[in-house]
Amino acid sequence: MSLLKYESSLREPLVDGDKNYHQVSEDICRPIEIKPGRLWYLGFGIALALLLFGVYSVYREVTYGIGQWNENRTIGWAWDITNFVWWVGIGHAGTLISAILLLFRQGWRTGVNRAAEAMTIFAVMCAGQFPIWHMGRVWIAFFVMPYPNTRGPVWVNFNSPLLWDVFAISTYFTVSLLFWYSGLLPDLALLRDRARTKFRKMFYGVTSFGWSGSTKHWQRFEALALVLAGLSAPLVLSVHTIVSMDFATSVIPGWHTQIFPPYFVAGAIFSGFAMVQTLLIITRKVLHLEEYVTIGHIEAMNKVIVMTGSIVGCAYLTELFIAWYSGNPYEYAAFYKYRIAGPYVWAYWTMMTCNVVSPQLFWSAKLRRNIQFTFIMSVVVNIGMWFERFVIIVTSLARDYLPSSWSTFYRPTIWEVGFFIGTLGLFFTCYFLFAKYFPVIAVAEIKSVLKTSGENYKQGMGSMEAESPEAFVHEHVAHAH
Amino acid sequence: MAIKKFVVGNFDDENVLFPAVKRVRTAGYKIHDVYTPFAVHGLDHALGLRQTSLHTAGFIYGITGTTTALTGISWIFDVDWIMNIGGKPHIPLPAMIPITFELTVLFAAVGMVYTFCWLCQMAPGVKKHVFNPRSTDDIFTMVIECTEHTNVEEVRAFLKTVGAADINVQEAEAGWWWGTYDKEQVLYKEELV
Repeated sequence: MSLLKYESSLREPLVDGDKNYHQVSEDICRPIEIKPGRLWYLGFGIALALLLFGVYSVYREVTYGIGQWNENRTIGWAWDITNFVWWVGIGHAGTLISAILLLFRQGWRTGVNRAAEAMTIFAVMCAGQFPIWHMGRVWIAFFVMPYPNTRGPVWVNFNSPLLWDVFAISTYFTVSLLFWYSGLLPDLALLRDRARTKFRKMFYGVTSFGWSGSTKHWQRFEALALVLAGLSAPLVLSVHTIVSMDFATSVIPGWHTQIFPPYFVAGAIFSGFAMVQTLLIITRKVLHLEEYVTIGHIEAMNKVIVMTGSIVGCAYLTELFIAWYSGNPYEYAAFYKYRIAGPYVWAYWTMMTCNVVSPQLFWSAKLRRNIQFTFIMSVVVNIGMWFERFVIIVTSLARDYLPSSWSTFYRPTIWEVGFFIGTLGLFFTCYFLFAKYFPVIAVAEIKSVLKTSGENYKQGMGSMEAESPEAFVHEHVAHAH
Repeated sequence: MAIKKFVVGNFDDENVLFPAVKRVRTAGYKIHDVYTPFAVHGLDHALGLRQTSLHTAGFIYGITGTTTALTGISWIFDVDWIMNIGGKPHIPLPAMIPITFELTVLFAAVGMVYTFCWLCQMAPGVKKHVFNPRSTDDIFTMVIECTEHTNVEEVRAFLKTVGAADINVQEAEAGWWWGTYDKEQVLYKEELV
């Protein structure tokens, strides 16, 4: 077994400090078992207040109609769908970390996957609100589901990307939830077995489903995780591809573009990783988990940000090039008259600065490993990605083929903004509850990499590297059989 | 549902556990289970467990989803309510790809998780006997089932020689039952044979 425990000392440790298995459980379970601090109550209170404001905004929208929002002809999709795409995009990082990095055997995912997956679920919950309430008569929202009905039967149109979206988002939510929860079971069982209070014994007893840690169960658990990862990897790519098709399959200049699917997926991962950074930098500090979410983890995510940010930048430039090269006057106008210039010029250049220019600073290793800088950048990136969706949706809709249907400057109402703020509230309310009642780091997974990647264990590997290969094989392989 | 007698050996290092599993099996004792705090790779082979067929189940659920989507959409468009959408083909395969893919993934994932819970006998509110509460923390717990022929003292001594740090004997329910962990369960106790 010793052979499997070897890892090059050139790789940074994934867990800092002198840890053993029990210490890992202690460190990660401690925040759950003590009373939350004042900061938690403050944060939770603010999140709840924002959520309530959102609930009131939605109440106004349902009671008085979509007129509560300042959408018009032709800007029928505006803040609302911008926010939808923004939230869906944010969700993507969680699945990417948990699924694609699992398939690529990236050890550093163990420190961040649990929080990132939780973030995915909450982000998709927020995203789902927008198309649902945008329907206006929300009490018949279930008409989007195909089922035998007494209205003909009138079926949904399976050729429509909007219907694909219904399937994509609901599948994505379900699969992410199952993946996250099945991974949580061993850790909930740990909390159950540690529980001293009646409430925790009952709560974790019910939620851990009677997990025992049996070898056969672990074998099935690993098989399940691997297949779910294999299913989620194409799923996460498909979801934002389908979201981009909401735009790309229409014939609106600036939307009718084949580059959209890869460009949207890259943008989604870009903004998602930024949101993971925002959340984890605060979480690790407040819950004292700096030894599990190390600078190395933050740097690894910053590398993903600089890569996906560059892909997004490349896509922006490609769009501009093709708008000119295609010779299509409408495409040309959409980009050169109404994006890089025109009434929304501020939105376009905010997007360009936040998404293309600023992530390039992460080429510097010093900045990648700077926590304050990373935190600021993570917020900047998400502002930039919000503007990207705003630019795509609003600039294209504001200038249609017919000048007679050109609309005036679009400005959201307070209830429209309130709805968005409400989803921020929903997101953070959920995240605060998650951080209080669930382990924010996958305990069992950290334990499985501890002896290869823990700092104290890695120190012992120097002697192994000094050995000759023959002596190494003799000592560690021959004896294993 | 049966109350049985078990000899429980607790190990604090997985590197001691592996040779111990091998020696216990060679000696002919029946290992009821080994409870570990995380997935110890290779332990399933050491215990002689066969590979799980959960993947196959996942594949079957997946193709069920594919078939459901393809037949469902075709039936709706071409049998139940025939629609002519801009003179386009009646079975628009490319337009069916997204939903077919999503349903494949959905069926496979949901089916597999249900099967996983079914096979492992897990559900909200299921209770199982915990041989060592620290086996979800840092202890590797090997549980040996006793029969009427088992010499308990001999098993204890043997476990000591293979490196168990702590050994005890427990009479426990081997299966699962509905209950919560916040109260002690009074179970119907069978006479040990």
